[in-house]
Amino acid sequence: MALDLVPLWTALLALAVFYYVVFDGFDLGVGILYGFAPDETERGLVMNSVAPVWDGNETWLVFGGIGLLAAFPLAFAIIIPAVYFPILVMLLALVFRGVAFEFRFKRPRLRRFWDRAFCGGSAVATFAQGVVLGAFIQGFKVDGRHFTGTSFDWATPFALLTGVALMFGYGLLGAGWLVLKTEGDLQQWARRAGRICLIAVIIAILAVSTWTPLADSHIATRWFSWPNIAFLAPVPVITALIAAGEWYALGRSHEVLPFFGAVGLFLMSFLGIAISLWPMIVPYHYTLWQAASSESTQAFLLIGTLFLLPIILFYTAWSYWVFRGKVRGELGYH
Amino acid sequence: MHLDAVFLSRLQWAWVIAWHILLPAFTVGLASYIAVLEGLYFFTGRELWFRISGFWTKIFAVSFGMGVVSGIIMPFQFGTNWSRFTDATADVLSPMMAYEGLMAFFLEASFLGVLLFGRRLVPRWAHFFAAVMVASGTLMSSFWILSTNSWMQTPQGYKIVDGRFEPVDWLAIIFNPSFPYRLAHNVTAFYITTAFVVLGVGAYLLRRGKSHEEARMMIRMALDLLIILVPLQMVLGDMHGLNTLKYQPAKLAAIEGRYDTARPVPLTLFGIPDDKDAVMRDAVEIPRIGSLILTHRWNGEIKGLKEWPADERPPVGPPFFAFRIMVAIAFIMLFVVVAGQVMRRGGRVYRSGWFLRLCQWTAPLGFIAVVAGWTTTEVGRQPWTVYGLLRTADSVSPSLTGSDVAISLAFYVVVYLIMFPTGIAFMAGLVRNGPRDGNLEPAAIESGRPGLPFESASVQPARSTKGED
Repeated sequence: MALDLVPLWTALLALAVFYYVVFDGFDLGVGILYGFAPDETERGLVMNSVAPVWDGNETWLVFGGIGLLAAFPLAFAIIIPAVYFPILVMLLALVFRGVAFEFRFKRPRLRRFWDRAFCGGSAVATFAQGVVLGAFIQGFKVDGRHFTGTSFDWATPFALLTGVALMFGYGLLGAGWLVLKTEGDLQQWARRAGRICLIAVIIAILAVSTWTPLADSHIATRWFSWPNIAFLAPVPVITALIAAGEWYALGRSHEVLPFFGAVGLFLMSFLGIAISLWPMIVPYHYTLWQAASSESTQAFLLIGTLFLLPIILFYTAWSYWVFRGKVRGELGYH
Repeated sequence: MHLDAVFLSRLQWAWVIAWHILLPAFTVGLASYIAVLEGLYFFTGRELWFRISGFWTKIFAVSFGMGVVSGIIMPFQFGTNWSRFTDATADVLSPMMAYEGLMAFFLEASFLGVLLFGRRLVPRWAHFFAAVMVASGTLMSSFWILSTNSWMQTPQGYKIVDGRFEPVDWLAIIFNPSFPYRLAHNVTAFYITTAFVVLGVGAYLLRRGKSHEEARMMIRMALDLLIILVPLQMVLGDMHGLNTLKYQPAKLAAIEGRYDTARPVPLTLFGIPDDKDAVMRDAVEIPRIGSLILTHRWNGEIKGLKEWPADERPPVGPPFFAFRIMVAIAFIMLFVVVAGQVMRRGGRVYRSGWFLRLCQWTAPLGFIAVVAGWTTTEVGRQPWTVYGLLRTADSVSPSLTGSDVAISLAFYVVVYLIMFPTGIAFMAGLVRNGPRDGNLEPAAIESGRPGLPFESASVQPARSTKGED
């Protein structure tokens, strides 16, 4: 039997990660924006806009983590210890945020404390995820099958940049979501917040796109050698068009476009990183194929995944459908 | 003081798993209990079942939510602290762990929402069906994670290639020798744990003079289940012990506190183990009973730890004491359950102040027994992560320093000490409110996932107003 399951698992994992980034991204972004919302009533609305969906979104992190572990265990065993503290901080921030979400509604006396925990937890978790991304792009010190750097190798200017960048990126997604789910003054506020985030996101994309080829000759060759440059030129062009469209959509009366524009920017960034690193899963030591688990392992897990995944996706789509429409004060979800 | 990354990683693992296991220990049993109540309601239509089920469903929602949150931490531990273990075993163990996660996720995404919020919105049979699916989801999760753990205790169905385990026979891997016993022993323990909580809560409600009918029914049902399960658990524990004797004799020696091989062996009731000199001090022993219990023969031989080189022996203290705590709890439980059954005649059980108080005091015993049993089996497996094949010291992430792990452990301790007491206090509040009519739906939505959203308008408006006070 010589069926190569690596491409399929790559696609599944990429899907899970992208799904997580977009979906938990918008509710983490909403959490960050929450700290800046004008007043108490509007904060309630902001919170309610993600109340029905946030913890379903978060479980995709487990999917991504377990998927990486099961399909590419070598990558899991090298990358996760390398980002020991960002992972720790991310997990605890997510726990704190989840608990804050529940108890904000139940313990009114401590509302202020839980409010801050919700906003702070969202911001810290996002920053930590951005740091993980930055550390991943920069690559790790590897000897044989182990990470051999220190637990603070991730703390580079580049990783801090991606950490901050992701906070604005999720902020943009969150603003797009709020434009979609709210109306009136709150929506106007979300549009302004979205534009601020968008400017920061554009700067971050430009910074990462110039920094990475300068720092790494692999990436420079990948993008700028002939004929790659001809095939890949559309990527920055389309990204620029989406960014321009997003600017206009946030300014005008479009209700749906800002969110999908933000998703589009994320998709292009995701694609850009994939093009830069392909086919590496542990840059620049192991390819997807080298890090893959045994064929038997991948096949065994695939059976159940292909059965359960469509059901989960169907249910998720359904619950978004049912919760469609604007959140209003008197008809909160929570 | 020298900070040891291996030891601290073990402490960190023990800390996060000990808290996490409390939740499945409760939710597995509670999900089945709710499914039974829903079934009774579906078939008899009696309102009583509906009220009891609604009461416990609210508590279930909170504990399930806490289980998910603390469960998200777990898979990442394998990467952050145990990367060499992960690299060596992932081809065999990772799909089983993934199935555990998928099952938990699957049941949450699909059926928990219906169970929590669908009471008035779906037909009764669908609600019953959702309860059964949630219960079987928790059992399937237990199946996979206990199979994973059992493989670490009694590995088979693999071959070793370049120092890593490769799968050869999945059925042999899943149904490894200790798995059936561990599964039966654990699931029974989870059911007993839940039943003692139900018993204690029923007793509390009766003593407070609240919800008489519901409280009596809870006590009755718990006692009826326990009179079967507690003795059964003792038999299962004995069988699990025989299995350990066969496959992990060093662990058994540690549990018994036996350093020297002997025939026949006494039963050591108590003593102070001294690993350095390999001797049990101040031992209180009953002659021959050890052989009888462990080998079911008067003259059976039990190997002592000195049969193994010093670096292949587990520490004796934790398994020795944890095991005795577990067994002591079993006898206390047996007493409570038998006393309860005897006092059932004439309904004395519902009036006796001392017995109801006893039920309240013994309500958390199951949790202690579960953690003690877990300590017994896990510390008894040392110094291996994969028994006899992969050492714990060779499993830890090579890049970690002791102070790295000390910092992360401190963070976990602080956050868990905020999260768990808050959650437990909240559940205690739900218990204090007791089962009441008309209080079944809205509170539940606050917790976990408001899964089935068409009720957004029908059920929830009442609560949005209090968001702004």
